[in-house]
Amino acid sequence: MSQRPAHPRPEASITARNLSLSFPVFHGGARSLKKTLFARARRPLAALRSPGLRTGGEIQADTPSRILVHALRDVSFAVRPGERIGLVGHNGAGKSTLLRALAGIYEAGDGWVSVTGSVSALLEPSAGMNPELTGRENIVLRARQMGLDNAALRRLEQDVEGFAELGPFLDLPIRLYSSGMSVRLSFGLATAIAPQVLLMDEWFLAGDALFRDKARARLTGVIRGADILVLTSHALPILREWCTRVLWMEHGRIRMDGPAGAVLDAYTAEIPS
Amino acid sequence: MSILPEIPAPDGMCRPPTAPSAPRPVRPVVAALRDIGAGLAMWRLALSLGWLDIRLRYRGSALGPFWLTLSSAVMIGAMGVIYGRLFHMDLRGYLPYLALSMILWQVGVGAVLAEACTCFTDAERTIRSVRLPFFLQAMRLMVRNAIVFGHNIVVPLGVFLLFGIWHGAAMLLAAPGVALWLVDGLASALLLGSICARFRDIPPIVGSVVQVAFYVTPVMWSASQLKGRDWWFELNPFYPLLEVVRGPLLGQVPAPRIWAEAGVSSALLCLVALYVFSRSRSQLAFWV
Repeated sequence: MSQRPAHPRPEASITARNLSLSFPVFHGGARSLKKTLFARARRPLAALRSPGLRTGGEIQADTPSRILVHALRDVSFAVRPGERIGLVGHNGAGKSTLLRALAGIYEAGDGWVSVTGSVSALLEPSAGMNPELTGRENIVLRARQMGLDNAALRRLEQDVEGFAELGPFLDLPIRLYSSGMSVRLSFGLATAIAPQVLLMDEWFLAGDALFRDKARARLTGVIRGADILVLTSHALPILREWCTRVLWMEHGRIRMDGPAGAVLDAYTAEIPS
Repeated sequence: MSILPEIPAPDGMCRPPTAPSAPRPVRPVVAALRDIGAGLAMWRLALSLGWLDIRLRYRGSALGPFWLTLSSAVMIGAMGVIYGRLFHMDLRGYLPYLALSMILWQVGVGAVLAEACTCFTDAERTIRSVRLPFFLQAMRLMVRNAIVFGHNIVVPLGVFLLFGIWHGAAMLLAAPGVALWLVDGLASALLLGSICARFRDIPPIVGSVVQVAFYVTPVMWSASQLKGRDWWFELNPFYPLLEVVRGPLLGQVPAPRIWAEAGVSSALLCLVALYVFSRSRSQLAFWV
């Protein structure tokens, strides 16, 4: 099922040191060049009137309509091959941002993060897919993204077709799919090639019950091949079952880092779920 | 009960495995050049994406992209007759010039610059979920527009044949100009794509500038109509850029000065684009 690259692989690892990441949220006039220029001109005057607008630790407004969200602050951890990491925390605690930073989509503001080994990120069900294209065309597109040759593409197509069991729907545009169907397709695609580092958001739980068993069997195969798994979920039993270690995120910081059982017990004690 | 393979829990979890040192910081311009290199290496994907864009645009229409050919032919025919009358020009001299200029401008300048503005914002979902070179989006835009160009250039070539004008091998001198346009298109996509991802009021400004440029550049009228009072052409970079492609196709080899101007403005554009792209690349994922 899984295709592993033939060449020897470097040892997989994840290291983050003092990783901080803040992203700008533009609203109102900050999207407009004209208004930004006028605001620049007015800012010295405004500063005289109000001493620094600052709300809490995570959100900071440097101009009235441009807000900096500190999604990650001073995050440090290291992951060794064989570890399966779960990320917990309330909504907006920085779990998905951390996954995106590990995937290389967001670049660190301060500090650094380094990931060695091949990485595959399952962040959004429709990641990199075009809703207007058919399932089969999307498979071809993904194969091109991964730089596969035609023979490997054919194998990928057969593998995903067999897994997703979409029948004639595979030749229809994926905007016609139900959410469960598109999860089948994207999950099948994302797990067709075993990466060394697998980063996964919780969306894959959206499939129906039958599919979840199939997904679990397939995922087990991929995790067997992967050296590191990082998984975010609100479903604590799943984290308890699948992870060896859990990072508890709060306000963009690591609140607790340790063996899955211990951290999840502390987490449930504080937050009744 | 875990169904997963048993993996012994590692001891000393917070210690790094091999204690890697901090990676050396990469200068933004180096990171930008690497992005461009990585994009070029994925040329197959750029071709697929560009081609699929065209297929999607014309999915469900019987003629497909040949609608472009048809609508251009109708437009050129109508404009040729009306403007030929208005400007009292002889159609045999004017129509081939107008047909070629209009197609070159509409596809090579108008469409490319308009789409350059949305080059990254249109690919928002991909950018936020898959790590791919940003340059890939610029390449996709140029592939898409090259296909459109291929369908449109048929019209002026048809007009040439109709009037029995054919300049043979001299027309191949347009090839370096077309290559220059390709580079400029990629640079504009990086430049405008980055700026427009940050400031959403730029696309209408670009639209207005292109429209003004269309009237002040000899597209519908010819430079010779100015009768020597043409010193201000030096200030309009669109003129030399247009001329290095249009001239050879009309059987006129552009003067070396025209070539130099086109080259210098392209080089400036590339430098500005590289500067802006270097500065915004790491922020683009947040902006789109």
